[in-house]
Amino acid sequence: MLVHLFIWFFFGYIIHFFVNTLNQFTVPILKFPLGFYMAAQGSLIVFVVMLFVFAWQQDRIDRQHGVAEDD
Amino acid sequence: MATQTAAERADFQRSLGRMYGLYTGGFLGFIVLLALMEQVGVPNRVLGYFFVFFTLAVYGVIGVAMRTAQVSEYYVAGRRVPAFYNGMATGADWMSAASFVGMAGSLFLLGYDGLAWVLGWTGGFVLVSILVGPYLRKFGAYTVPDFMAFRYGGNFARFLAVIVLVCCSFTYVTAQIYGTGIIASRFLGMQFEIAVFAGLVGILLCAMLGGMRAVTWTQIAQYIVLIVAYLVPIVILSTKRYGIPLPQFTYGEAIQEITAREQEMVRAGLATLCTAANCGPTTLKPHIQPFMNYTPLNFFGIIFCMMVGTASLPHILMRYFTTPSVREARVSVGWSLLFIFLLYFSAPAYAAFSKLEVYTNIIGRDIASIRPWMFTWGELGLIQVCGKNAANLDAVLAACKAIAGHPGVIRFQDFSINTDVIVLSTPEIAGLPYVISGLVAAGGLAAALSTADGLLLAIANALSHDVYYNMIQPVRAAGQWLIGIIIAAVVVVLIYLVAAVPGPFGLEWRWWSLLGLAGLVIVVAPLMHAATAVGRRLIMARALLLLVAVASAALASTRPSDILAMVGWAFSLAMAGNFPAIVLGIWWKRTTTAAAVWGIIAGWGICLFYLVTTRYFPQMGITYFGMTSLLNPETGQPLVNIAQVLADPKWATQWPALAANPLANKVGWFDLNNINCGLLGMPLGFLVMVVVSLLGKEPSKEMQALVDEIRKPRGQTVLEEKTT
Repeated sequence: MLVHLFIWFFFGYIIHFFVNTLNQFTVPILKFPLGFYMAAQGSLIVFVVMLFVFAWQQDRIDRQHGVAEDD
Repeated sequence: MATQTAAERADFQRSLGRMYGLYTGGFLGFIVLLALMEQVGVPNRVLGYFFVFFTLAVYGVIGVAMRTAQVSEYYVAGRRVPAFYNGMATGADWMSAASFVGMAGSLFLLGYDGLAWVLGWTGGFVLVSILVGPYLRKFGAYTVPDFMAFRYGGNFARFLAVIVLVCCSFTYVTAQIYGTGIIASRFLGMQFEIAVFAGLVGILLCAMLGGMRAVTWTQIAQYIVLIVAYLVPIVILSTKRYGIPLPQFTYGEAIQEITAREQEMVRAGLATLCTAANCGPTTLKPHIQPFMNYTPLNFFGIIFCMMVGTASLPHILMRYFTTPSVREARVSVGWSLLFIFLLYFSAPAYAAFSKLEVYTNIIGRDIASIRPWMFTWGELGLIQVCGKNAANLDAVLAACKAIAGHPGVIRFQDFSINTDVIVLSTPEIAGLPYVISGLVAAGGLAAALSTADGLLLAIANALSHDVYYNMIQPVRAAGQWLIGIIIAAVVVVLIYLVAAVPGPFGLEWRWWSLLGLAGLVIVVAPLMHAATAVGRRLIMARALLLLVAVASAALASTRPSDILAMVGWAFSLAMAGNFPAIVLGIWWKRTTTAAAVWGIIAGWGICLFYLVTTRYFPQMGITYFGMTSLLNPETGQPLVNIAQVLADPKWATQWPALAANPLANKVGWFDLNNINCGLLGMPLGFLVMVVVSLLGKEPSKEMQALVDEIRKPRGQTVLEEKTT
């Protein structure tokens, strides 16, 4: 859980502190400035993927501890 | 309450898939039919009405088909909504007129800084899934105040939670109803009042008959409408311009072109760049440049407040009460964000394409060769050139001639566009037939109405389940009458004072409201008398729903401004009032009742204070509370010369300050925008709760066991275990 919260914090805030530095780079093919891209799409994609991964991981932990729901 | 086996659930999902598949096919067929009608010559106005009719018909049909008399169906859809579909419904509930129409417009105006809203309104779902949602689902409450009441021993906590809920949701829903009126009246040619009324009838039919059950299934249908409507214009635009139908990827190219064009415009003298020395409202702020419109504090503040607010808004949290299990609740959050992501990662494309169009085909062009699509919007006062509405070519020529030394080409500072127009004018910019514009308007309506429905239900459910069922009904009959009379008296007085606004047929809104209220009481009282206990709860729920909807429409018809700001305020207030109490309630056994009560009062209180003072009583804020002017992010200069403004009696004594007052929303502490009041409220709430908890007695062993129980998905919901 803490790992996930840290990832959330990183992609929600920390990476955007560096937007001006990141903007020096351009995403290949798509041609976005990298800093802009992270705020507009990159972080969002991370969030979505993270949510599904988290749900799956948490379910596994629940099963291991015998507190998961019956199907 | 029936639980389903895995096989039953699989069957259910298959039949849902079939039903919605059919619906989507039907919807697409409907669009094609309208396109054909347009080719044949059917007038645009008629097509517009067809779109609105379709939207409302969906509400009506589903509402009637899903009518219910079971309490659990009414409040939590029987807890049978699969994660995938629940995600879609949450997506529609989440994306309001602000997201659909306002987001692209804000991105157009603010460039990079607008992404604070995009990040804020998506990242919050991570908090929902990790910290809040699944645990509330395990708890088994019908509403968020329900949870507060059980966790914090009693009705005082419940009452506070209801106040926070009603306050946040009511402003939010009024903004939606207002948005409905605007979209329909401006873009479909309907009269504002009729649009509001028709929209209301649709969502009320749905919510009153079927409660959460009907609202959920309708929201899924509306999601399909809104996502199709949102994506079609930019997909076509992208294909036309870059040959690839994926606007979310091709707009990177557009941004490069914008940046290049911006530099060109400055070189050619068509625009002045905003610099640290001079950054007035008519200077050019580069699209990709960060922190030109918001200071870093406010930028990250908005991200934080919107994220935490997401995890605190009752109507969103309620959406996770409807899944069949805790596990599905978690997965459902993932699906929600995916469906929301589809729209949010497309919004910057709208902004980019429109900006590129404006910068290449409008700025720098000769006035005489102005593009005709602008005139439709100019007539409505939504596009201005040289300071006047761009109603037609002559008006524009005259306005620009009136400016001394005008070079005859349109410069950056000559052109201004209402940001709501961005999404709705994109089809025209792309040269698409009217049917696409109508489609986009229908999408906007779908977004606004689905959110309004979710909010209305949250409010009405809190009033009926929490206030009536849990707080009033247990009281002795005589006490109930007394409470009823007091509430009625307060409501009547409020209506009389507030709704002194002209309404339809020459009668002021307040008289209509009072008449309606009387009618409601006359109808409801005998029904209540004759009903069973369960029946009474549902009647109360439905009557309150009607009441809140009408109140909201009445407020919306006074045409409040500042809609995006109001929505932002709702988030911060929810964050300050709910988040500490919910999170500590779930994760820290030691939290006591007194702590929650004081925490909510302190956190919510300071946020509300900050908002009300900076917006309505800035003079007091400056004189007594040490507030100063907010600063321009680029130049660091104060936005307002306070001494100068206060010397002017017109502004200094305007109580409350109206929207035009130069001090309103422009003062504060630490250069903190008032949308970010949650940054003050939430930490204070946490601090107060921790301190008061530690000072007081530990909660009972029973309560601590309950908190432990919430963290385990296995078993019945905690609420059921307590009552059986």
